[in-house]
Amino acid sequence: MDINEIIKPENLVYGKSKVLTDTVMHYCPGCSHGVVHKLLAEVIEEMDIQDKTIGISPVGCAVFAYKYINIDWQQAAHGRAPALATATKRLYPDKYVFAYQGDGDLASIGTAEIIHACNRGENIVVIFINNAIYGMTGGQMAPTTLLGMKTATTPYGRKAELNGYPLKITELIAQLEGTCYVTRQSVQNPGSVRKAKKALRKAFENSAQKKGTSFVEIVATCNSNWKMPPIKANKWMEENMFPFYPLGDIKDR
Amino acid sequence: MAEKLLKKGNEAIALAAIRYGADGYFGYPITPQSEVMETLMEEMPWETTGMVVLQAESETSSINMLYGGACCGKKVMTSSSSPGISLMCEGLSYMAGAELPCLVVNVIRGGPGLGTIQPSQGDYFQAVKGGGHGDYKIIVLAPASVQEMYDFVGLGFDLAFKYRIPTMILSDGAIGQMMEKVELRPPVKRLTDQEINQKYGHWATVGKPATRNGNFISSLSLAASEMEAINLRLQKKYRTIEENEIRFEKLMCDDADYILVAFGSSSRICESTVEIAREKGIRLGLLRPITLFPFPTPVIQEMLPQLKGIMSVELNSGQMVEDVKLAANGAVPVEFYGRMGGSIFSPEEVFKAFAEKFNL
Repeated sequence: MDINEIIKPENLVYGKSKVLTDTVMHYCPGCSHGVVHKLLAEVIEEMDIQDKTIGISPVGCAVFAYKYINIDWQQAAHGRAPALATATKRLYPDKYVFAYQGDGDLASIGTAEIIHACNRGENIVVIFINNAIYGMTGGQMAPTTLLGMKTATTPYGRKAELNGYPLKITELIAQLEGTCYVTRQSVQNPGSVRKAKKALRKAFENSAQKKGTSFVEIVATCNSNWKMPPIKANKWMEENMFPFYPLGDIKDR
Repeated sequence: MAEKLLKKGNEAIALAAIRYGADGYFGYPITPQSEVMETLMEEMPWETTGMVVLQAESETSSINMLYGGACCGKKVMTSSSSPGISLMCEGLSYMAGAELPCLVVNVIRGGPGLGTIQPSQGDYFQAVKGGGHGDYKIIVLAPASVQEMYDFVGLGFDLAFKYRIPTMILSDGAIGQMMEKVELRPPVKRLTDQEINQKYGHWATVGKPATRNGNFISSLSLAASEMEAINLRLQKKYRTIEENEIRFEKLMCDDADYILVAFGSSSRICESTVEIAREKGIRLGLLRPITLFPFPTPVIQEMLPQLKGIMSVELNSGQMVEDVKLAANGAVPVEFYGRMGGSIFSPEEVFKAFAEKFNL
């Protein structure tokens, strides 16, 4: 069978979201960012809110998110995305505003901003990519790096007595009165991708209902800095990350 | 007849913000400027003009709220004092790089470090030479009265949007805390979201319509050649500002043999020093830079042929004097007199220093 006989509109069962651009992503093979971007674009398209959505991109690998999702974007200084999102949402209450942040951005340098934005109950969506390592700067220890995990700045593995403990910031965020929905998801197989998309959709819907802050953590892989091929990284994540960062809704009201 | 009130400089800033149609104020308490946010909270402008007022968790957060608000094409502002402005310098650099308009008020206190809550002009370098990282400038306005605190809010927003650049009102604890008569100007309406879309929709993050691709606001450009092109464009903008926006005031300068150069509260004191000198038959004038960037360099240069000497008078260890010296470029002697860390000189002290330095 010739390929052109297969590529016909009547055979189409799944297409790329119109909210995604045609730009080739810079993410490494196996990286979770690409899947999360796709899900975000699909949710924005399905809710028909492309013209009402403003994204805040972080410092880190997702700094270039604007190249891939065709909406209006602000690129924040390291850790400050929740502050930008706060002002944007308060000045445009009818828009959908989300902050997209990594673990170094959200749980280290931007701890104050995320805690206070969530505690004020800003009607924003926060997408938190936790791969337990700094990606863009080359694999240094993150606040969420597991004990024993080797990184560029913990070459012997993270030690509590030297580096402190991995920060379960999502559990901390769930304690805050301002948050309405706090969940932890992953995107390593079709089932988890479906659940993650559902969580993102719910977060955006909450924002329209002014219920407070919705916080979606995605436990993610970083193949290049974990120094593992994609399948091995997924397995490592399931065996090592999930026991410490268990998946599921932590808060839903 | 225009309404006149007796107000503190800090209160005038707050009233002006509402009446000049600001969309948002984001700030953090610090002495000696806390009355700005306190007055805004008392006035409750969200119920009248729809202005957002929010107490942030830090100055770092405040300036980044301004970044977000400015990205939206909204008129946003903050106020702080020296240590808080240091925290904001990161954000100011980002906003200068991303070419975002905003208004920042610095009611300077004595430093360095936590310093004192008394007035100072020790942040001249920080405001005029950068403060944050990279090659950037912001427009800096130096009010010398409560009325100017009020008026420069309007002027500051106009300049910020005209050039898409952060603008700072560089005040100090004296101007912020003192009470004077202030005339309220006719109110300016806040722009509607539709008007903002029409005016700034080509660059601002207002929500992407079907007719264009997404707008993206950033100060990041990893390719060296692109970054250099951005820097050259920024520098060109700064030269345009230098050509068009210099503001200053002269007192008794026409026949002057000597001039004092002083801004803000120092200039108020120097007005009396000029009187003392004139009574003694010394032809002394005063040049008050109103814009510190752009600095009135050409104004000083025009006066050089008539002058025997210039003295820069500042509440610091000698900062603006460097710009005065650059303007004079060795053509006439340039001296400096100042006091630091919250101490303020009297007109007589300034005259004594002036007479000594020029052997008069």
